[in-house]
Amino acid sequence: MGRVVLVTGVSRDLARQFAKQIADDPAVDRVVGVDIVPPRGDIGDVSFVRADIRTPVIAKIIVKEDVDTVVHMSVIATPGDVGGRATMKELNVIGTMQLLAACQRAPGLANLVVKSTSTVYGATNRDPAMFTEDMDARRLPRSGYARDAFEVEGYVRGFARRRPDVRVTTLRAANVIGPDVQSPTAQYFRLPVVPRVLGFDPRLQFLHRDDLMAVLAHAVRNDVAGTFNVAGDGVILLSQALRRLGRPSLPVPSFALTGLGSTLGKSGLVDFSPEQQRFLTFGRGIDTTRMREVLGFEPRYTTASAFADFAAALGPGAISPGRITSPDTVLAGVAGLVEGRGQHG
Amino acid sequence: MGDADIIPIGTGGRPGRGTGSRRPSAAARSLAGKPPVSRQGATERPGGAKPADERPGQQANDGPASAEQPALEASVSDDATTETEAGTSAAESRRTAAEESVAAPRPLDATAAAKGIPASDWLEAAVAAAREVFGEQWEPRMAELLAFWRRRLTGDYQVDEFGFDPELTQRFLMAVLRPIAERWFRIEVRGLENIPAEGGALVVSNHSGTIPVDGLMTMVMLHDHAGRDLRPLGADLVFKLPIIGGVARKAGATLACSEDAERMLKQGELVGVWPEGFKGIGKPYSERYKLQRFGRGGFVSAAMRTGVPIIPLSVVGAEEIYPLVGNIPSLARLLGLPYVPITPFFPLLGPLGLVPLPSKWILEFGEPIRTDAYEASAAEDPMLVFDLTDQVRETIQQSLYRLLMDRSSVFG
Repeated sequence: MGRVVLVTGVSRDLARQFAKQIADDPAVDRVVGVDIVPPRGDIGDVSFVRADIRTPVIAKIIVKEDVDTVVHMSVIATPGDVGGRATMKELNVIGTMQLLAACQRAPGLANLVVKSTSTVYGATNRDPAMFTEDMDARRLPRSGYARDAFEVEGYVRGFARRRPDVRVTTLRAANVIGPDVQSPTAQYFRLPVVPRVLGFDPRLQFLHRDDLMAVLAHAVRNDVAGTFNVAGDGVILLSQALRRLGRPSLPVPSFALTGLGSTLGKSGLVDFSPEQQRFLTFGRGIDTTRMREVLGFEPRYTTASAFADFAAALGPGAISPGRITSPDTVLAGVAGLVEGRGQHG
Repeated sequence: MGDADIIPIGTGGRPGRGTGSRRPSAAARSLAGKPPVSRQGATERPGGAKPADERPGQQANDGPASAEQPALEASVSDDATTETEAGTSAAESRRTAAEESVAAPRPLDATAAAKGIPASDWLEAAVAAAREVFGEQWEPRMAELLAFWRRRLTGDYQVDEFGFDPELTQRFLMAVLRPIAERWFRIEVRGLENIPAEGGALVVSNHSGTIPVDGLMTMVMLHDHAGRDLRPLGADLVFKLPIIGGVARKAGATLACSEDAERMLKQGELVGVWPEGFKGIGKPYSERYKLQRFGRGGFVSAAMRTGVPIIPLSVVGAEEIYPLVGNIPSLARLLGLPYVPITPFFPLLGPLGLVPLPSKWILEFGEPIRTDAYEASAAEDPMLVFDLTDQVRETIQQSLYRLLMDRSSVFG
């Protein structure tokens, strides 16, 4: 008998695509997708069950469908489409509590895979350059997505203690990016003029969407327990990313950014929460040695190539090379002249 | 022929600077509008009759000067060829040119004004400037510089995981700091043989100078003389300050914590640490060259765990660049800084007070203290760590005293 996988949060794109992908795996018999609202796109062989993970209904589904693997992907980063911050927090934290409670009562459950985020490490000026899985945030996240993810991880650790027979894998993913990804970071880079914190150049790490799918599938298939940082190799600086994108940036002093951030947030253009602002000030790096050596996963994209893929889909910006407004055009012209002379003489 | 001794002064009524040079300047040409030109043609004939006698004789040394009008005309298209052309047909063309200038002054003047300085002149000037700046091999060097700027503009460069940008550091930061190190502080480096050519090592230095100039200077000296990039460990305050924080990471610095120090040392980097921290750079001038407490000795345990040698570095001269005579603690608290310095010139002279005094510096790298002989658990033994910390501190203090005896004067 093959495996039965339950994926939460399938109305969101990443979870839906993952559910669809894992359904094609020959080792997996059935995939059950759970969410409050039906997924908008194609879900392939996934059987969708409309259920709220905040209610005990989820326990019945797990038992009835004889689920042996739960992939928890419904910790959401943006409150935008579910209502407000209160709903988001309830969905993230209460949803996880209910799900874990249901899991604890399910005798057939063998694996739990949780998609967490590197945001749990926070971002301060006292951070080490690269966080390993054993390190904690230098300042505990107080609000927003980071706080939710932090609490979710706490509940997951508690669950792992209470059910030692269940293999628990937590994946702390770096900022997921890809041509069609909707995330606060992707939204941020899609702004025509990108505001940035004056005088700071954070280090960024990205994980390509395809690699996120691959690592989740890898975690479902392989029996490796523990917490793992997942990110593409290398880091790029924000200034470098913006130059590669060819988008002009607007340096804003950090005190002014708070106001600008809330204005942008209200306009629905981009999420500019305080923790996102701290991230864009101090940056963050996560160490992926354990991902490679213990989990045995190798991402296909580096940070730079994942970002290049994202940038290619986004199209050239106002100051991309080749545009008339690009300073690079002038330099290229002069370089051409010099080379032309060099060939003549 | 005897008249050839007469040196013509002035242009004989023709527009020009009055230097007798071959051609009037562009400014003079545009000044000479339409009416003056026609009048000039008329006045030139009688005026020019007198010198006309000596002109053939002058041909040898002053030839091109007389062929002024055709040269003016020709310069519009090409000025390299006019030299020879003017020389050959000088005497005759002068007459025809004078007539021409009477007959058709307008088109000549119009073309000269419309074209301005010809494009070839611009190019010549640009090439000359490039040669001036880059030397004879200016073409590859300029192409390389342009490629560098294009790489920077398109973000096509690499940084390591700590945010170190080697290209920017070498081409910009070092270039700015090098003259200060070599000309202003006239830094003398001793004991370079103690720096390993490769592999991890921990440089431990005394700290002084109100603002950490000594760290920057050590970076430049190690880069230039030992061919290694020093990766400084900085206080968390450094990474909190705008601009300074960003530049520090790009220059290779990272936070002074055991995680980062060990990570860098494991990667085989040359790491620099100033264990005195703010106690060192912020100490009053009266306490100069007295080493402060060496933190908690975290740097020693980092070196022990990674088994890299500790290289003591004594810096003499940095204490005198900004003699710290006072502090404004209330303002410092307000700004969140460890101290707000008062020096004899700052804030009295305003920004001018920020110019460091040109003391003579000596950097001496001491003999490396090996840590690879200790067992792995030694780093957890506090007594051993304290002993080693004291040993490093004592070494630096002793060589500081020795160097102070050595030096003839502060500004020597």
